[in-house]
Amino acid sequence: MRGNNILGILFANVHDEKVHELTEVRTLASAPFGGRYRLIDFPLSNMVNSGINKVGVITNNNYQSLLDHLGSGKAWDLSRKREGLYILPPFGTENSRYVNRVEALSAISNFIVNSREEYVLLCDCDIVCNIDYGEVLASHIKNNADITVVYKSGKLPTHDSDTVTLSTSPEGRVVELLVNPTQEGECNYGMSMSLLRRDLLLRLVHECVSRNAYDVYRDIMQRNLNNLRIFGYEFTGYAANICSINSFYEANMALMLPKVREQLFNPMRPIYTKVRDDMPTRYGLGSVVKNSLVADGSLIEGEVENCVIFRGVKVAKGAKLQNCIIMQDTVIGENSSLSYVVTDKDVQIQNDRTLMGFQSYPVFIAKGSVV
Amino acid sequence: MLPKQEVVAMLLAGGQGSRLGVLTRNQAKPAVPFGGKYRIIDFPLSNCVNSGIETVGVLTQYQPLELNEYIGSGQPWDLDSMNAGVHVLPPYQRARGSDWYKGTANAIYQNIRFIDRYNPDYVVILSGDHIYKMDYSKMVAFHKEHEAACTIAEQEVPMAEASRFGILNTNEDGSIYEFDEKPKHPKSNKASMGIYVFTWSKLRQYLEADEADKKSGKDFGHDVLPAMLAAGEKMMAYNFSGYWKDVGTIESLWEANMDLLNPNVPLELNDNDWKIYARNQALPPQYIAATANVQNSIISEGCNVYGTVDFSVVSSDVYIAPDAVVRDSIIMPGARIEEGAVVQYAIVATGSVVGAGSVVGERPENMENKEDWGVAVVGPGCRLAPESKVAPKEMIDAEEAAKK
Repeated sequence: MRGNNILGILFANVHDEKVHELTEVRTLASAPFGGRYRLIDFPLSNMVNSGINKVGVITNNNYQSLLDHLGSGKAWDLSRKREGLYILPPFGTENSRYVNRVEALSAISNFIVNSREEYVLLCDCDIVCNIDYGEVLASHIKNNADITVVYKSGKLPTHDSDTVTLSTSPEGRVVELLVNPTQEGECNYGMSMSLLRRDLLLRLVHECVSRNAYDVYRDIMQRNLNNLRIFGYEFTGYAANICSINSFYEANMALMLPKVREQLFNPMRPIYTKVRDDMPTRYGLGSVVKNSLVADGSLIEGEVENCVIFRGVKVAKGAKLQNCIIMQDTVIGENSSLSYVVTDKDVQIQNDRTLMGFQSYPVFIAKGSVV
Repeated sequence: MLPKQEVVAMLLAGGQGSRLGVLTRNQAKPAVPFGGKYRIIDFPLSNCVNSGIETVGVLTQYQPLELNEYIGSGQPWDLDSMNAGVHVLPPYQRARGSDWYKGTANAIYQNIRFIDRYNPDYVVILSGDHIYKMDYSKMVAFHKEHEAACTIAEQEVPMAEASRFGILNTNEDGSIYEFDEKPKHPKSNKASMGIYVFTWSKLRQYLEADEADKKSGKDFGHDVLPAMLAAGEKMMAYNFSGYWKDVGTIESLWEANMDLLNPNVPLELNDNDWKIYARNQALPPQYIAATANVQNSIISEGCNVYGTVDFSVVSSDVYIAPDAVVRDSIIMPGARIEEGAVVQYAIVATGSVVGAGSVVGERPENMENKEDWGVAVVGPGCRLAPESKVAPKEMIDAEEAAKK
């Protein structure tokens, strides 16, 4: 049965500056990922697969590609008469743009007040994973928690500029929460997903705004560690944190591992995305493809090794691609050779070009460039 | 009352398609997978939307479950509109006399009320077993221009093959004076494509007359069209020269799939101005492993390829194990080809498993007796035990496979 009394709220822009290469022309939420997806497909599909019927997407700028991608929400089964998808761009004249989460939540407080769900799940778009929020809710209820924060245990993601780490008591209550610690190595780090009651969220946001405090972690959680029952929920599946072009590159490359694909693309909880109606991929005579992920609508006539190829890409005869991420509708000319290159959408690499990056420094070619 | 629609399309999808054997044992022919991610019915449905026809009736009768589910609301083809859209029309019970569809003409006759609701000027009759891209609006314009009662699409076939088709013999102005069903000595090479445009008021009148005729076989080709011709109605032949293929037999289904791999065959499915729409599954991109060897093939989403694929069409969610070889074959959705299996000149249907080391089909050049050669078919849901053999031309279903 569908419906679990949770209102989903997604922040589309909050980590934009971390992957500035990709977000110059879009929100982080609409950044392409894994051959056919946009990052928002993961949290959005997770919500839908967990029975969430109503999702608000908060965005504040650069949202053309996001709107284009989401459309009516049909692809996620969120184009519905009762509830569905709500896109929440800045509204009103006073504060033209939201700068942080609390401000945004305060600006959409009418939307939250008018919703009927008992709980709210707040989620960013920088984590790629397949998680069942039903289990988060069950743990929240079992712990009689005020706020449940989802975390992962492991090595702190490198390059991240605003990590949150937490320590929990044996029963799972958060006893310490640090923002941007100097910590290294194994720890529990936040996955920017938290669950709480809707009326509590409204109260906390209102309290923050009235004190001119605007940080979810510092002003809501850190200050209230003793007053509120804040619990952690440990997610043990595969998760990738997209916080730089390097981590974006590594997360794409990790998709070549069967174990990662198995967890992310669980057929019982599929990841939905906008449909393009391309024909299946065509492989030409003499094409050589090894260890690569290839999406529909592509035409491969050259050599491709360790690459992620998005929809509608053309790789001409004699072209050689190694360790590359080639986004939608890019054309790779004859006899060109690319290694450790990330091309954004609609890039044209002309014949006989050679581009080389390095694993720790992939070359990025901006959207629509001609090389 | 519904707003008037100038053109209503009626798609005949009720036939059994018995020549496809095990492939259509549990589903109607139009629902048979084609070209990796499509079903046969995607072609006429997409042609309709691309031609601006927004009202489509799909006449179903034989094994409609999968087809109904596939069509659904019609949303993948943009046919879920408010006042028009796609409608599945099975035979139904009436207060006085109810019956199955007794023939193509009777199927339309039983749905006169459906068509009348839209008060159309023209009705396009289509069948669900052809692969082609055609702009029906041009054909309707031709029909209007010639003020015909009926226009039949025709394609010129090689004279040597003409005796396999229904042939249209025409006057110089393109009007038809004779139908020749599979003639021994054809007078022309204009083969009927089974696509008709009728002026609705005329067709309605002839359908009622045909229904009253006890001797009629209730079939368009055998009864209604000859009756119209005999009555002196203006009937035109409309030439279509693009790619068109009947996929009613195992051989032609196999050939039409292989045509997608041939760059010289004019069937481009990535044409942005004439897309072929299909219902999409939410599947990840295909993964081609380091051990794989893929050439000259079409591969769909969700596949995991570890073996060799050459000159083949591989549908979505297929697994091809290391050291498995797939050549000149069609692998339908969800099938698994296990380690070391060799599949050549074969069709492996939806959800089948070809066990490790099995051999399915054979290359014609390796056959001693060429007469015995043909495409091998592994039916839907077969689980072939390891080291099984399926000979060329053989067709095996799930029950037989379980006994083997």
